[in-house]
Amino acid sequence: MLFQHEVHIALEATLRLELRGITKRFGDLVANDDISLTVEPGEIHALLGENGAGKSTLMNVLYGLLQPDSGEILVDGKAIKIKGPGDAIAAGIGMVHQHFMLVPVFTVAENVMLGAEPAKAGFLNHAAASDLVRTVSLKYGLPLDPDAIIEDLPIGIQQRVEIVKALTRNVDLLILDEPTAVLTPQETDELLGVMRGLRDAGKSIVFITHKLREVKAVADRITVIRRGKVVGSAEPTAPESELAELMVGRSVVLEVPKQTSEPGAAVLKVSGLVVADDRRHRAVDGVDLEVRAGEVLGIAGVQGNGQTELVEAIMGLRPSLTGSVTLSGQDITGWATRRVLRAGVGYVPEDRSVDGLVKEFSLAENLVLDLYDTEPFGNRFALNPRAINEAAQGRVEEFDIRSQSEQQPVGSLSGGNQQKVIVAREMSRPLKLFIASQPTRGVDVGSIEFIHRRIVAERDVGSAVLVVSSELDEVVALADRIAVMYRGRILAVVPPNTPRETLGLLMAGITPEADS
Amino acid sequence: MTSMTVDNSLALPEGYWTRTRKAGLIMVLLGLIAAVYLTAIVPNEPARFFLGETTAASGASFSINGKVGTLIFGLLTIACGALLILTNKRFGLYVGLGLAFFVVAALIWQIAETGGQVPLSSLSKITMEKSLPLIFGAIAGVLCERSGVVNVAIEGQLLTGAFFAALFGTMVGSQWFGLVAAAIGGALISLILAWLAIRFLVDQVVIGVVLNALALGLTGFFYEQVMREDTKSFNSPGLLPVWTVPGLSEIPIIGPALFKGTILTYAALLLVVAATVALFRTRWGLRTRAVGEHPAAADTVGIKVLGLRYVNVMIAGLVAGFGGAYFSMVTASSFTKNITGGLGFIALAAMIFGRWHPVGAFLAAIFFGFSSALSSLLQAIQSPIPSDFLAMLPYVATIFAVAGLVGRSRAPAADGKPYVKG
Amino acid sequence: MSDEQHPIPEPSPDKGPAHAEAGRPYLTTEKPGKHRGDPTLWDNFKKEFYADNTFTVTLFAIVLALIFGGILMIIGDADTRAQWGYFFYQPLKTLEASWDLVSKAYTDMFKGAVVNPDTVNRWYWDMTTWQQVFRPISETLTNAAPLILTGLAVAIPFRAGLFNIGGQGQAIMGAIGGGTVGILLKLPAPIVILLAILAGALLGGLWGLLVGVLKAKTGAHEVIVTIMLNYIALYFLFWYIRQAAIDDPNRSELISKPVPDSSIFPKLIDPALRVNLGILLALLVAAGVAWLLKRGTFGFELRAVGYNPNAAGTAGIKVGWTLALTMGLAGALAGLGGTTMVLGTAGNLTGEVVGQIGFNGILVALLGRVKPWGVVGAGLLFGALQAGGAAMQTFSGISNELVTAIQAMIVIFVAAPLLVKAVFRLRKSPSAAASAALAKG
Ligand SMILES: Nc1ncnc2c1ncn2[C@@H]1O[C@H](COP(=O)(O)OP(=O)(O)O)[C@@H](O)[C@H]1O
Ligand SMILES: [Mg+2]
Repeated sequence: MLFQHEVHIALEATLRLELRGITKRFGDLVANDDISLTVEPGEIHALLGENGAGKSTLMNVLYGLLQPDSGEILVDGKAIKIKGPGDAIAAGIGMVHQHFMLVPVFTVAENVMLGAEPAKAGFLNHAAASDLVRTVSLKYGLPLDPDAIIEDLPIGIQQRVEIVKALTRNVDLLILDEPTAVLTPQETDELLGVMRGLRDAGKSIVFITHKLREVKAVADRITVIRRGKVVGSAEPTAPESELAELMVGRSVVLEVPKQTSEPGAAVLKVSGLVVADDRRHRAVDGVDLEVRAGEVLGIAGVQGNGQTELVEAIMGLRPSLTGSVTLSGQDITGWATRRVLRAGVGYVPEDRSVDGLVKEFSLAENLVLDLYDTEPFGNRFALNPRAINEAAQGRVEEFDIRSQSEQQPVGSLSGGNQQKVIVAREMSRPLKLFIASQPTRGVDVGSIEFIHRRIVAERDVGSAVLVVSSELDEVVALADRIAVMYRGRILAVVPPNTPRETLGLLMAGITPEADS
Repeated sequence: MTSMTVDNSLALPEGYWTRTRKAGLIMVLLGLIAAVYLTAIVPNEPARFFLGETTAASGASFSINGKVGTLIFGLLTIACGALLILTNKRFGLYVGLGLAFFVVAALIWQIAETGGQVPLSSLSKITMEKSLPLIFGAIAGVLCERSGVVNVAIEGQLLTGAFFAALFGTMVGSQWFGLVAAAIGGALISLILAWLAIRFLVDQVVIGVVLNALALGLTGFFYEQVMREDTKSFNSPGLLPVWTVPGLSEIPIIGPALFKGTILTYAALLLVVAATVALFRTRWGLRTRAVGEHPAAADTVGIKVLGLRYVNVMIAGLVAGFGGAYFSMVTASSFTKNITGGLGFIALAAMIFGRWHPVGAFLAAIFFGFSSALSSLLQAIQSPIPSDFLAMLPYVATIFAVAGLVGRSRAPAADGKPYVKG
Repeated sequence: MSDEQHPIPEPSPDKGPAHAEAGRPYLTTEKPGKHRGDPTLWDNFKKEFYADNTFTVTLFAIVLALIFGGILMIIGDADTRAQWGYFFYQPLKTLEASWDLVSKAYTDMFKGAVVNPDTVNRWYWDMTTWQQVFRPISETLTNAAPLILTGLAVAIPFRAGLFNIGGQGQAIMGAIGGGTVGILLKLPAPIVILLAILAGALLGGLWGLLVGVLKAKTGAHEVIVTIMLNYIALYFLFWYIRQAAIDDPNRSELISKPVPDSSIFPKLIDPALRVNLGILLALLVAAGVAWLLKRGTFGFELRAVGYNPNAAGTAGIKVGWTLALTMGLAGALAGLGGTTMVLGTAGNLTGEVVGQIGFNGILVALLGRVKPWGVVGAGLLFGALQAGGAAMQTFSGISNELVTAIQAMIVIFVAAPLLVKAVFRLRKSPSAAASAALAKG
């Protein structure tokens, strides 16, 4: 389908890259600690590591976006100094960033030519740029319309633009930073195909990911990074469990200890919900959903299929166009967020630094961000700092929040502890329903286990729990039932023991019946 | 069967009453006011317009009966509104035309009522003159903000330009040198703006506001201490010569406005064209816009984001400073304290109203200039419409524009955001 | 606590402190210091004094601005300027002339703003009244009152993430409200003054609320809207003064009927001294605002929205409502500033009745680091500069426009703390890195 125009291309110039002892600090944090790494010509070198391990930092150093505190970079045996991306490109290194580096209001051709514009006396030659896009995209089997505007293109195609952009600069080494995070399993497979094609054409590739399956499918060599250090390298034939252990530092049990659920009456009922996203597209396109007391419903799906908008609509953070949301039989459609929260809903938003916490506020203040104006924390006019601090001390203990004091700004806590602050706040009200979006994204393993256990505990005291996660493993581990969301719809609700292949297909929009 | 663009089946219909249609509705209402109410109250007298710059009885003129005029132009306004509603397209064109027709209807009403006399060429000439500093200021704003640096300091740049033009023009004894000095004066303000905003990451609006105060204080101080003490050696640059293009300046109505002016008039027209071409056709323009929309993306392809921002802020200062010469060498022949009187802020408004586009900014500047010319005209013919309310028009229009009540104007995405690597 | 946050907007509020520092690499590269024995008391004092704290930076900013002001005086004075032409022949005389000029000017400024020793002396010998001794302070306080109010009107929204450039327009509307009640209502003094204050706050508040509502409903940027509303208010004032009920029929210029004595703010110390109810009002309001921001529920909402509107909204705080109310409150305070101008000092409505208090309020707020008591301090300083500037103009013949320039320079230096640090090589800013930063600029 998408990438099937792979053609055999004669071997081109090759590049051997060596990083020696790269160290990069952010304040006290050592993001890269004496990292050494060699990428042989024409290989796909996977860089495997958890969120926050320091992979992007290392690649940003390599690409000249960050300057290392020490260490050197060698290309074909020669030490070079990379002061900026311009130097990296000149040295034959290209990069596709985790967050795309495309100007949304520009056309494909404008984005591709930016920084290396064909021009005469300063005047742009648009035709030449379009031709270049066509030539390169034909050569590597990555079809593109040079005149399309980036913001109108789906994510997968935008990624293709990024790849073509790098290729037009004649790079010999391509860095792909978490390229599959935004793709469906299908698109991922296609991308892996493209990577193989590029390798066969003589390009070296650094492939960054934290997904084991992909690494095994495509990598020639694997380097594992943990907490800024290289902790080992492996052949793709190494068993997954071994890689996982390397990656997180101990054997991972993503199994959460829990009894089978005994679901009660329906607490949350969503019917016929339609929600628009910021670009006025139907992000949620008629969702029906039911979460019962004492069960965890997990929503699986590739990021960007309407999960965010669905949850925001339930929480009153985003208007719904049609359909209804009821909580224990009461219609809460269109309620203000505060009312929804105080009606007995706990909510952990997917991006804690954007939506979850006021980083400049103290831990104590963040813990009462929801109830600051109710007794005992305060009333309509004044706060009661003593009550706020006392409550904070209790919760810090209960939720194992590692901090120096409850007066500390929350922004100075680690990601895992920040997440625990939110969980603590949201679980401290009497709840009927608990909603958690990406509850453990970018959180250390210890905190993951803690949060997972709290979620199950919340279920066991009889709350209805809705967990949204783009990590299929997390959903499988937590859920009593799994709803798979694709393009704004719930494609199916299946039990957690459903085979992964079936779940993967569902996430790609293929229902088993239709497939056969 | 690759899906190249977003599958629009998921796009939501906008509903019938789009912004464009709502604006159409407003046009229809305005038209009805003109066609019904004004026609009813206007006296059955002719309104006389003169084509030339004077109202000498011998000059070419035409007149139109008050009632007929308001009716016709009211109906034309309604037609524009109707077209907007029916086609849901060409927002700018029909809103512009509709407003113009409405203004003509109102003008006919006032002239028929007061028996005043209107020299059209002079009206357009005054419009152009009042627009001049706005054009320079607004385009300076565009050049700056397209690269992602907010320029609230336009006022200070104009003021410093006006001051430098007078001071150095007089001291060196050359108006041309004064013009160069004016540009440099604007650039000096820009230098501080760029330095503090780009290097020290000071909030750009804050620094712009403070720079305006600084420019006001410094020029005011030196005006009182130095210029007023010895006007002859420090503050008499004289008026710039008027250059008339033979033939073209004879064109009725627009001739005198466009082809009978100082070097600033011609420079302003050239500037609009040059800025448009440069922003949208050159390498510099592409990079400027990239840096203003997504600096990180520009950085990753090797563009020097901060360097480009410096350059653009400096260019903006040169442009605004040059335009500042208008105050001390075109409308007056010397500098006085706070001579710009806040026009820099109208220029800022024009830039926003013109949606950060040189041509848009130019049209907005003309519109604001026109409303100002109209307000003096109404005062001259002793119209009962309070001129203060007309003077508010540009500001009200701009609020409407930023509130999205009449089409939304969107700033470059990275406007005002300092760029920090990593 | 969060009250200690840096008021000047940091580049990346969404990132933690580590990130913010990383955004300013020259701040973080503190190298391990060289140890030269135990610190002496003097060392400790120096360390404290030079530490890059707010107070020191502000102090140095003022010093730096005054130095620049002195240079301006020298350039601006024809004789001294001429003397500099002979610098190489008479270097001492040149420096002496310059020093005389600048020191006399600043001395006059001090005499006009704080206390004049000559007057004290004359009073001691019964040659003048005690009121004369307090006149400079009275002038300073009189000037400071509206500046504190408009400064707070900028500071409060700043804490909510809004930049209110509309203090001028809101003050004008407040002056219209307060002035109208003062001029037209014939009631006993305390009642009419109370009503006038309320009217001023109400009209200014509505003018501010409009901005907040537009921001909340349509996302219209408050900076643009407030700038526009300043001018709309000004033209409205022009028109309003000319209306029959307000206009003074006996005078041809744009001026209203005088405010009757019963509506004039009572003088605080003595009828001969201008200092009036306004400064009390300003201090009361500042205390109220300080309480609100620290202890008030609304203050909590306001700060939460200011730091992170998304998180505030997600936790149930009504962001739009908070923004609207914040702007309404700010407008009310600026309106009080305007009222203070008409009823405290001016005595009629004119086109310039509020002077530049709205614009100067921005400077005051920034200098006061958008904290209530900081604003009070900054307001007093600016009030003193203006009182002193008037004296300087009278006695040294130096235009008090200089004050505007000095004020702006102080704020520029404060707003760019790195700049001040670089110039004075304050601690924590390794001098090498800082001067490298300067050199590259
Ligand atoms: N600019 C920065 N300033 C401070 N800390 C940073 C910065 N960028 C990344 N970090 C921190 O460095 C660590 C590594 O981040 P990153 O390289 O993005 O991890 P990965 O890509 O492996 O998920 C994280 O803890 C992150 O918070
Ligand atoms: Mg990463």
